[in-house]
Amino acid sequence: MRKVPDNRAWWLVLPVLLLVALSALVPLMTVVNYSVQDIFGPGNAYFVGTEWFRDVLRDERLQESLLRQFGFSAAVLAIEIPLGIGVALMMPRSGVKASLCLILLAIPLLIPWNVVGTIWQIFARGDIGLFGWGLNELGLDYNYTGNPMDAWLTVLLMDVWHWTPLVALLCYSGLRAIPDAFYQAAEIDRASRWAVFRYIQLPRLRNVLVIAVLLRFMDSFMIYTEPFVLTGGGPGSSTTFLSQTLTTLAVGQFDLGRAAAFSLVYFLIVLLVSWLFFTAITHMDRDR
Amino acid sequence: MRKESRSRGIGITIFIVLLLTPIYWLVNMSFKTNREILSGLTLWPREFTLDNYVVIFTDPSWYSGYINSMIYVLMNMAITLTVALPAAYAFSRYRFLGDKHLFFWLLSNRMAPPAVFLLPFFQLYSSIGLFDTHIAVALAHCLFNVPLAVWILEGFMSGVPREYDEMAYIDGYSFPRFFVKIFMPMIGSGIGVTAFFIFMFSWVELLLARTLTSVDAQPIAAIMTRTIGASGIDWGVLAAAGVLTILPGVLVVWFVRNHVARGFALGRV
Repeated sequence: MRKVPDNRAWWLVLPVLLLVALSALVPLMTVVNYSVQDIFGPGNAYFVGTEWFRDVLRDERLQESLLRQFGFSAAVLAIEIPLGIGVALMMPRSGVKASLCLILLAIPLLIPWNVVGTIWQIFARGDIGLFGWGLNELGLDYNYTGNPMDAWLTVLLMDVWHWTPLVALLCYSGLRAIPDAFYQAAEIDRASRWAVFRYIQLPRLRNVLVIAVLLRFMDSFMIYTEPFVLTGGGPGSSTTFLSQTLTTLAVGQFDLGRAAAFSLVYFLIVLLVSWLFFTAITHMDRDR
Repeated sequence: MRKESRSRGIGITIFIVLLLTPIYWLVNMSFKTNREILSGLTLWPREFTLDNYVVIFTDPSWYSGYINSMIYVLMNMAITLTVALPAAYAFSRYRFLGDKHLFFWLLSNRMAPPAVFLLPFFQLYSSIGLFDTHIAVALAHCLFNVPLAVWILEGFMSGVPREYDEMAYIDGYSFPRFFVKIFMPMIGSGIGVTAFFIFMFSWVELLLARTLTSVDAQPIAAIMTRTIGASGIDWGVLAAAGVLTILPGVLVVWFVRNHVARGFALGRV
């Protein structure tokens, strides 16, 4: 769209700016403030410079949960993106069935996150849950509260259950935007199913896939509530992700300086990865 | 071609059945007595009971949670739409100093882990006397909902040609009147979709909502976690409470079902 240069448009943006500044900049400044001070009480704070940051970066517990976090996010993306595309390709194109699919797919997205945790807590239990009971009946020794590997896989499965529908809905909307003429042309050329996907559908899905990957990366990297309810981070610390480590530090131990420095490092990692991904995509565009 | 469409139908059916199994289990459990839940696995309730739901609808400490959640979600929707509509209009129609930077700065707020903002939010709202009020949660949720709303609305607004705006000015409409009377009805479905996403993200968020409330404005999700800590878990009531948190979302998605997919496709990155 042709846009008119007009700086008076600032007046229309001003309310958003003020509101978001109140709820983002003020807290962010507080965090920065804490991260460079050692606070013993009101009016009793000392400037300590980058000490907290060095401290946090050397902390082995944090390094471990950071590694776990990257592993989890990578697994989430590796499963949910292909599965979401697959589901979108299988969905009916139009009619009542399509509406029904959309509504049913959206259900997991609309459940409060701790209820998602509760559902899986019940569902995966060996004694009263269908899933845990079923696995045990099949002869597998499955116990998500005792075995770290089982716990990790259960959290992953829960996330796949919870968020694959989002990827599927995004891809579905991308597929619907492809004009029928493209498919007709492919049919005339006797293109194989794979060729249709590779050369018509996939390129057209590019934009929504960028959104899907970004959203899924950001949200899986910030995951807190679901594993907290399901496993409480255990057994041991096998499912303790970054958010939970941070929350324990800030609210549980009230270790303000360290928690603030950790918060900033955390935020910067998310920003950095998103920015790298974004820049890579833009460069690919330019090369074409 | 015929064979392929059948296998696709089977594939999607399997996926949806798997997707709904955990929910079926939750609903199934909500109609059982605790005795039956703990005594063994049954695929449907043998002793069908509505007691679990009765508990929730008669105990104020349960049902007030739903009311609290509803209040702050609606407040958040009102605030977000009020500020996001003019801003999205500005982004879709005008070029102005720093517009691109501002847009990305807004989006970057969507990337901030809520855990980072937990403590400062708590202190900020305590110091201005808003702790444990609905408006505090509504304002805090603006952090991630306003950027999202601006993003989606901008996509829908860019689909409306400028000529409509110019025609309205020639007809003597003032800007506010044009915006409310002509422009907003034209992007009605866009507003609906945006409202759906605002509702969804505010409804499912727990971390901030729980931190900013203690008694008077406590959301239903927090009440559920508290009950888990009580003496023994009342699985039946917990399952019933879970089922009731799903229903509002299903109602909302029903209204916007035909537009949801479009909302995603239009957003620019």
